[in-house]
Amino acid sequence: MQGDGETVRTPDQPLVDVDGLVKLFPIAGNVFRKPSGFVHAVDGVSFRIERGESLGLVGESGCGKTTVGKLLVKLLEPTSGSIAFRFTDAGGADIPGGRVDPSTLKGRQLRDFRRQVQLIFQDPYESMNPRRTIYDTIAEPVSVQGIGSALDRVDRVAEILSLVGLTPPSAFLFRYPHELSGGQRQRVAIARALILEPSLVVADEPTSMLDVSSRTGIMSLMQELASGLGVAYLYITHDLAVARYMCDRIAVMYMGKIVEMAETEELLRNPLHPYTRALLSAVPVPDPGHHRPPPAISGEVTAPVDPPARCRFYDRCPLATRSCETSPHPPVEEKARGHVVACYEA
Amino acid sequence: MRSWSTRSPAPGASPEPRGGGLGGGRLRLLQARARLALRSFRSGMAVFLESRLGLLSLLTIGVFALMAVAHPILMGTVWDADTYDPVTGYAFDATEQPAPPSWKHPLGTDPLGRDVLSQLLSSTRSEFALGITAALVTVTIATTVGAVSAYYGGLVDSFFMRFADLVIALPSISLLIVLSALFDLSLFYLALVIGVLGGFGGTAIVLKSQALSIKVKPFIEAARMAGGGQFQIIFVHIVPNLLPLSLLYMMFTVTSAIFAEAVLSFLGLLDIRMSWGIMIHTANAGGYLLSGTKYWWLVFPAGASITLLCSAFYLAGRALDEVVNPRLSRRDG
Amino acid sequence: MAEAGGRDSAGGGRAAPILRVEGLALRYLTRQGDVRALEDVSFALARGESLGLVGESGCGKTSLANCLMRLLPDNARLTGGEVLLDGEDVLLLSEDEIRSVRWRRISLVFQAAMNSLDPVYRVGQQVLEAIEAHGVETTATGGRERVARLFRLVGLDAGVFERYPHELSGGMRQRAVIAMALACDPDIVIADEPTTALDVIVQDRILRELKRIQEELGISIIYITHDMAVVAEVTDRVGVMYAGRLVELGETASVFGSPLHPYTEALMSSFPSVTGAKRPLASLAGEPPDLADPPPGCAFHPRCAHATALCREQRPPRVGLGDQWAECWHPLAADAVPLGGD
Repeated sequence: MQGDGETVRTPDQPLVDVDGLVKLFPIAGNVFRKPSGFVHAVDGVSFRIERGESLGLVGESGCGKTTVGKLLVKLLEPTSGSIAFRFTDAGGADIPGGRVDPSTLKGRQLRDFRRQVQLIFQDPYESMNPRRTIYDTIAEPVSVQGIGSALDRVDRVAEILSLVGLTPPSAFLFRYPHELSGGQRQRVAIARALILEPSLVVADEPTSMLDVSSRTGIMSLMQELASGLGVAYLYITHDLAVARYMCDRIAVMYMGKIVEMAETEELLRNPLHPYTRALLSAVPVPDPGHHRPPPAISGEVTAPVDPPARCRFYDRCPLATRSCETSPHPPVEEKARGHVVACYEA
Repeated sequence: MRSWSTRSPAPGASPEPRGGGLGGGRLRLLQARARLALRSFRSGMAVFLESRLGLLSLLTIGVFALMAVAHPILMGTVWDADTYDPVTGYAFDATEQPAPPSWKHPLGTDPLGRDVLSQLLSSTRSEFALGITAALVTVTIATTVGAVSAYYGGLVDSFFMRFADLVIALPSISLLIVLSALFDLSLFYLALVIGVLGGFGGTAIVLKSQALSIKVKPFIEAARMAGGGQFQIIFVHIVPNLLPLSLLYMMFTVTSAIFAEAVLSFLGLLDIRMSWGIMIHTANAGGYLLSGTKYWWLVFPAGASITLLCSAFYLAGRALDEVVNPRLSRRDG
Repeated sequence: MAEAGGRDSAGGGRAAPILRVEGLALRYLTRQGDVRALEDVSFALARGESLGLVGESGCGKTSLANCLMRLLPDNARLTGGEVLLDGEDVLLLSEDEIRSVRWRRISLVFQAAMNSLDPVYRVGQQVLEAIEAHGVETTATGGRERVARLFRLVGLDAGVFERYPHELSGGMRQRAVIAMALACDPDIVIADEPTTALDVIVQDRILRELKRIQEELGISIIYITHDMAVVAEVTDRVGVMYAGRLVELGETASVFGSPLHPYTEALMSSFPSVTGAKRPLASLAGEPPDLADPPPGCAFHPRCAHATALCREQRPPRVGLGDQWAECWHPLAADAVPLGGD
């Protein structure tokens, strides 16, 4: 948690510091032709995640949140911008090779980096090799990293299986993913991500494909493990209600930009950006007596293909003015303590 | 170290005691894997046999396998080599050659006085050896080429795929004719050539497209996240998922290898002692092929065997298709 | 649509049910044995009403929709019950007769909009075909005008007629699918997870649109969803399904206000909300039962905190509280009374 009392941390040394991250995807074009344009999937995104903190990245499909996640874990390379990790031991002291810029990593160093940063995938059906057992799936990170002997691994996998609530482990070790339910598979995915004891886990919509009843179980499991193991999360979701329960802070993304970022309850109680407000007021409320006014937003999301320099939200914004049309995309400003917004009118 | 690795009890969970049940050793791990393999083999077999074609093809292949085994046994017991050797034997008891079927020679003799049944049985063994060798070579090459070009893409992919186009564009039978005219092709080299042609040709393209669809699955990214390198991803994740399809193409390769051998032997281009193709070739060389059904035993047993074994492997492939691509399983109710 | 408006006024109030489902039971024959997809499902749907059916995947809600439409796979066997549409049993109709019911009386908005539109035909053409295939309009101009009216109704631009499905956004595709479902003036529309794949803002619009259309045309809508929040917002009554059974049914407000069945309560308390105080989420342990081998007694007993020996052995009775009922031995409201053999 931010500003957590016990451990004293220097504020300028977060676990990860992302600055001006940009990822452009070229459109069409082939070897002989130049691309006809670029999708600005991530366009100047900056944020920090403290040790043990959970940051939510919320937005609609296509806003670039998954791309940010993949850039962070180095499944994609950024077009520009920087990512700086600072891994420490449990006490908060620097460890050798703890300062890492993932874009420079290769071979052995990349493998070390993988021990610190892990990913939980959205789809519990597709993220596991259907021909490998649960044991093989969970043990893969340790065996690839060459940690322990084959026998140690069985013990270790059994242990983490019971940790994620799949008990008794012997009933799960040598089964195949398709024999498990969605919720159970996602527990396996969590086990696989945590077996290396990472410092940061990027969770990409880990509950969006699960049923209601297993979803809550996964959410509380992830919270328990985070506080127990001191893991930080980048929690990617489209669901503000889920983010409310999972995240200390929430960053709202729209068309490749972070438009607002604040501590969770502050953001939900006092949304400043018109997009955040629209998003918040579109979330259905599980209370038949509650009357929810329609969200103030027009039009539909378009793909950010070579977008004009002005505010990304201009076309749909209820507050847009003449100056918004001619000014560049608004800079991120701190409107309240720890509450930043990118909007001229907010 | 964090909580679970220091073996302090996890919240709400009780890890099983070390060494108890699970820590039983490498043997237990192997046992568990063997059980799993057996189970998936059984369930696959059940689906395979559920299709009539599968059962029929398996029975046919079984009969031929028995024939292959029968030959050395018969030669060692009731058949003396002078009379019954498929290549050097001579049926002194017959008045004219080729002799029609009789008790001593159930399928008659060929124009050179050799026992046809003995020839048929002894050829079965070489047909199996040929087919299976060619199929193994094809599948090994095609699976590797498919997985590698799908994984790397770019230049590697272009190279292998253009090479595959080239191999497909070459008329393989004519190429084999040229090769066998230039070199004395033995059964093994023939199998190798057929295997290589198949492996770099169409099968590689099919397996590559399958590998491409596997490559984009999230579990490949998950393997990268685990720290897996190229080797791990290609051979631990992509290749095993190609194997069912590979197996299918193995069946088809057996068919085409046996067929190619028959054609080449018929043309007298192979350095092989005896085969079904050579049996037909011998009949043809003596001018018996065009004499209608009068000398049926010279052509029919070998011809029928080629047809039956080829179609059996082909049908086994079709039935295997059912196992490999089971109808979509229902998820929601 | 003038005729639709007329029907609304003639249809009368909520009291006259347009659809009654009685004791519906369905099995799927599979390799693993008979899967009891639906058991003894009974409910009624009034004209102009919106009914929600909620439950987790595999609870039988999609099977129920397919039964009502008589769109069942080959291995499905109806083992009991009736589906009375205006008093006529849909299950007894011949294949020919059912075609005059399907789409014209009951229609379906599919779960995945992309999959229910053919990618190689223009969107308008597909709606037009639905109209012509069911003989609602016979002339070409009549059909085109109808499509134009339908598009206006669901908030689609007339220009969409000439577009292909892949050129439309997810929300527009879903609107086109809704237009298709409304093409033959049905009395009942079944919306099977109509907004599951959509983003919240688009979902909000589609749901508002459906509500408006329902009021305008006076049709009944059955919403099939797993999302309790959506149910709370758009339905008049709600049925909760578990393991192929309808375990609770009642007015949405009363079910949310005081659920009778522990499963209903579990579903509700596991649903996060962005409004109100942040209350802890309850999670439901265990997995839904295997319908090929359902547990004896109450199917929910292995996951239920209130389960007793009675629950494990005997099928729970139906207990009621006003219009609301549940199948439970230990209903959460003490004043719920047993309903004699319904």
